[in-house]
Formats: sequence, C-alpha cells, structure tokens
Amino acid sequence: MRPFDYFRATATGDAAMASGQIIAGGTNLLDLMKIQVVNPETLVDITRIEGLSEIVCHGDGLRIGALVTNTALAHDTRVRAGWPLLSRAILAGASAQIRNKATTGGNLLQRTRCPYFYDTSQPCNKRTPGEGCAAQGGSGRMLAIFGTSEHCLAAHPSDMAVALTALQAEVEIRARKGDLRRIPIQQLYREPGDRPDRDTVLEAGDIITAVILPAPLIGSRQVYRKVRDRASYAFGLVSVAAAIEMEGDTIMRAHLSYGSVAPHPWTDDAVAEMLEGQAASDALFANVADALISEGAPHPDTEYKRTLLRRTFIATLRQLTVLADRSGTDIARTQA
Amino acid sequence: MKTILTVNGKQHEVGHDSRRTLLDTLRDDLGLQGTKKGCDHGQCGACTVLLNGERVNSCLCLTAMHEGDEITTIEGIGSPERLSALQKAFVEKDGYQCGYCTPGQIMSATAMLKEISEGAPSYVSDDLGAPHLSDEEMAERMSGNLCRCSAYPLIREAIAMAAEVKK
Ligand SMILES: Cc1cc2nc3c(=O)[nH]c(=O)nc-3n(C[C@H](O)[C@H](O)[C@H](O)COP(=O)(O)OP(=O)(O)OC[C@H]3O[C@@H](n4cnc5c(N)ncnc54)[C@H](O)[C@@H]3O)c2cc1C
Ligand code: SF4
Ligand code: FES
Ligand code: FES
Repeated sequence: MRPFDYFRATATGDAAMASGQIIAGGTNLLDLMKIQVVNPETLVDITRIEGLSEIVCHGDGLRIGALVTNTALAHDTRVRAGWPLLSRAILAGASAQIRNKATTGGNLLQRTRCPYFYDTSQPCNKRTPGEGCAAQGGSGRMLAIFGTSEHCLAAHPSDMAVALTALQAEVEIRARKGDLRRIPIQQLYREPGDRPDRDTVLEAGDIITAVILPAPLIGSRQVYRKVRDRASYAFGLVSVAAAIEMEGDTIMRAHLSYGSVAPHPWTDDAVAEMLEGQAASDALFANVADALISEGAPHPDTEYKRTLLRRTFIATLRQLTVLADRSGTDIARTQA
Repeated sequence: MKTILTVNGKQHEVGHDSRRTLLDTLRDDLGLQGTKKGCDHGQCGACTVLLNGERVNSCLCLTAMHEGDEITTIEGIGSPERLSALQKAFVEKDGYQCGYCTPGQIMSATAMLKEISEGAPSYVSDDLGAPHLSDEEMAERMSGNLCRCSAYPLIREAIAMAAEVKK
C-alpha cells in the first residue's frame, strides 16, 4: 500500500469536501490498495456518518441507506418478504464475513475482477486509459460478452446490482455542493467506450446516499440463479435475476437482468417484450433465449458464456413458470 | 496515528501507520497470534475475528477505521484450561490437520451458530425462512473459511457437536 492521509467524515458534507477516495466497507478498495491498483492520497472514511445505515419505508417501497451492510439488507424481514430476489442475490455473493462489512454503496461500485486489472505488470485500459488491454490475446473466461468496447472487455461482478436492476431500483446521489439527484440504477453505469477507467457517471465529490426500491411486485415469482466454478464463495460466470408475473399460463410481466456478462447488469427490453402476453412454453423460451444471445462473444474464451447464459435463462424461466416443479428451494413468492 | 480498541474485553491504545490492517495490529502490535494471515485479501477466512459481535476478515479492516470498536479473537473465547464448546468439539472430532485455518474456522463458526439462532437466512435456506443446521447449511455458511487440508467433513461434525452441546 502507498502512504495516504486518513480522514474520518462525520457528515456527508465533510466527506464531499475532503476530495479523497471514499472508503466504506473497504472489502474491495483495501484489496486494490494493497496491490497498488488504486493509490489514493487521502482516504475518506464515511462509515461514521449518521443517517446512512437505515432501511426505512418509502411510499410502498424502501429507502436503503448507502452504509446498510449486505448482511443487514439480505436479512431484513421486509426485503425477504417483498423483494426476495434481492436477498437471494446478495446471499449468492462473497462470504458471510465479507457481507458483514460490505455496504450497499460499495457493492454497486466494486471494480471488475478481470485478472489483468489486478496485475500491474500488464497493460490495462481500465487502470490507465490508452495503455492497452492485456485480456485481448490473453486468457479471459471471466470477461463480458455484451456491451464491451474495443478498449475493454471486462464484466461487472456484483450480484446485488443485478437484482436491483431487475427490480428497477433507483440510486440517490449527493453532489459535492449538496444537491440530491436520483437516477435509475441502469443509468449509474457507463458504457466503457475509450474510458473504461470510468465505471459510472459519478463525478468527483458525488456520494451515493441511498438506493430506493419501488413497491414490491405482489404475487410475482422471483429467482436469482447464479452459475459459478464452485458452489459457494465464487464470483458468477453468468447469472439471471428474474421476477415474473403470471395469469394462469400467461406471462404478464417479466422483469429480467443478467449478471457477469456485461460491464454493468445487462438488460434486454426485446427479450421481455417477446415473453409478455405469451403462454409459457419450451418453444417460446428457446426462441427468446436465441434472441438474447444472438451477438457473438468478443473473446474466444467467453464463447461458452453464450451457451451457459442460454441454458441458465431457459432453466430460470422453466423454474418460474408452469414447466418445472415449483418446489425448488430458491423460488420465493412475494407477499403483500 | 493512534486508535483505541477493545480487544477481548481489554482496552488498548495502539500507535500505527494509517496503512495498518486490524490483522497486523492484532498479531504484531498486540501479540495475539492466534489470528492467522492466509491470503491477506479476503479470500481464505484465516483472519476471521468478531467485530462488535459479527464475523469479519481482519485483513480487510483498517485499524484506523475501528476506533472504539470491540474485537474478539480466538484468545478471547477460551483458554487451554477453559475451552469453548466449539474449541472442545474441534479437539474431540479432529476438526483439522495442520491447524492453520482452525482459529478462523472456530471464530467463524462461533458467529455462524449465533446467526442461525437468530433466524438469519443463507443462499440455501428454503423460502429464506427459519434455517436449521443441516450439513448443506453449514457448508454454505462456512464457505468463507477455506481449509487447504480439506478437513471439511470433520469441521462440520465438530460444529454440529458443539451446537448440540449448546442446546
Ligand atoms: C473474496 C471476495 C469474494 C467476493 N465475492 C463476491 C461475489 O460473489 N459477488 C459479489 O457481488 N461481490 C463479491 N465480492 C465483492 C464484495 O461484494 C465487494 O467487495 C463489496 O460489496 C464492496 O463494498 P464495500 O462497502 O466494502 O466497498 P469499498 O471497498 O469500501 O468501496 C468500493 C468502492 O466504492 C466507493 N464507495 C463506497 N461507498 C461509496 C458511497 N456511498 N458513495 C460513493 N462511493 C462509494 C469506494 O470509493 C470504492 O471505490 C467479493 C469480495 C471478495 C474480497
Ligand atoms: S478487459 Fe478491461 S479490465 Fe481487463 S485488461 Fe482489458 S482493459 Fe483491463
Ligand atoms: S488472511 Fe484475511 S481472508 Fe485470508
Ligand atoms: S487444517 Fe490445514 S488448512 Fe485447515
């Protein structure tokens, strides 16, 4: 780690004015500082700021403070009943120890797990734009298949963010001067373009203060299905977050997002449109899955992710609709 | 800089560089070497301690951020003369081979049994509802603690035994 000044903020205003790198749970940032991928001159500890650690009712939804831990959010009885997809996705990530420290804001802003991003002896445009991308021509089975640019093929690793995207959450941001704005979570993340170092639209001095969950999708069936190299404590290869509203055999609404396949939680409106108003059937799911993976993979090592995503998508939809046995352990029906 | 911490019930004031991790403070400044350093990157769980009662990886904690916090290490839950139920069960069941991961396993299991008793769900809990201590639940909940010797079956047996004793 390079030397840095430590500053403990006690109000969001202080943190914004301190013009340093924010640290919350530290589970991602400290890791990156140890290997000198991120080298802040000033570290601004926001964990002692009051009012950012609560989950409160917000209309029919919830307002989740940025410092709420991943554990507290996944265990919250309101979340378990109304947004079970979110609890499942969080519990699918990392370990109990990490979830106890990791925060809602930090989870959204965690950096990619592309191995070359971690290896300072290799060129990486996400670390230093213009330097080159070692993953191209290197090995890359964790990379993205959608939404990449010629400058960076990295995937976003968060599980929680995928569920929040399917659930159409919003992110509340406080600018340095104090004004609050709220944006849909999909608009938080940038396309990599020629500046893959900038993962999000946040500007210097911006602090995420909360995540807003809209009203629960009452009566929907929800699943977070994550495929990984080992059964637990591993980043996803692909994941599907799905909340489906049905009437009889007909899919009325499909809220879907896909993880570990793009620089941000991936969505595809055409896919949802192809499903809505249709009776669930294997033929329908196969067609829609083909549309979802119609693009080719940008790196030969991720070609397998197209097949894996196709199969995971179909399995998830079968699990949520009439086609599969409904007693699967990871299905939860939202309660009023 | 200086930070005041309560470790195993005793208050300490430690002087340190801003870069110091809680793990290095415990081992090198306070001489509590029961807490182990495996990976130093949150990947193995050998450094698990309780922070205000919750399990965390001390290698991913900055000492400076824990002013006033209460830390419990393996030295704080039992002693050779008075082993905790989990410590006893690990000895009884041979829940280790080399023993390097063991303090982390025991600290993690200490918190895990409390989490289950409080009804905390895991990824494998049916309907996110009231969990019970099945082998599957234990494997999922203890996945943050790796064991290079792969003593996992005996670790789970030891935890199950300690849970029975506590009932
Ligand atoms: C071994 C290991 C396995 C893991 N496995 C998974 C997994 O399977 N799935 C998964 O989703 N995640 C996984 N993670 C990642 C983990 O979820 C993240 O490290 C964690 O969520 C980050 O949260 P934090 O509060 O610790 O962030 P920090 O490390 O404190 O911060 C991360 C970034 O966010 C910024 N930041 C934090 N809070 C704010 C705020 N309020 N406003 C503005 N900026 C802010 C920081 O400046 C920093 O850039 C794993 C991590 C480890 C170490
Ligand atoms: S894919 Fe992105 S993160 Fe990975 S080496 Fe290339 S530029 Fe860096
Ligand atoms: S030493 Fe902390 S998790 Fe490995
Ligand atoms: S007993 Fe050797 S690492 Fe677990």
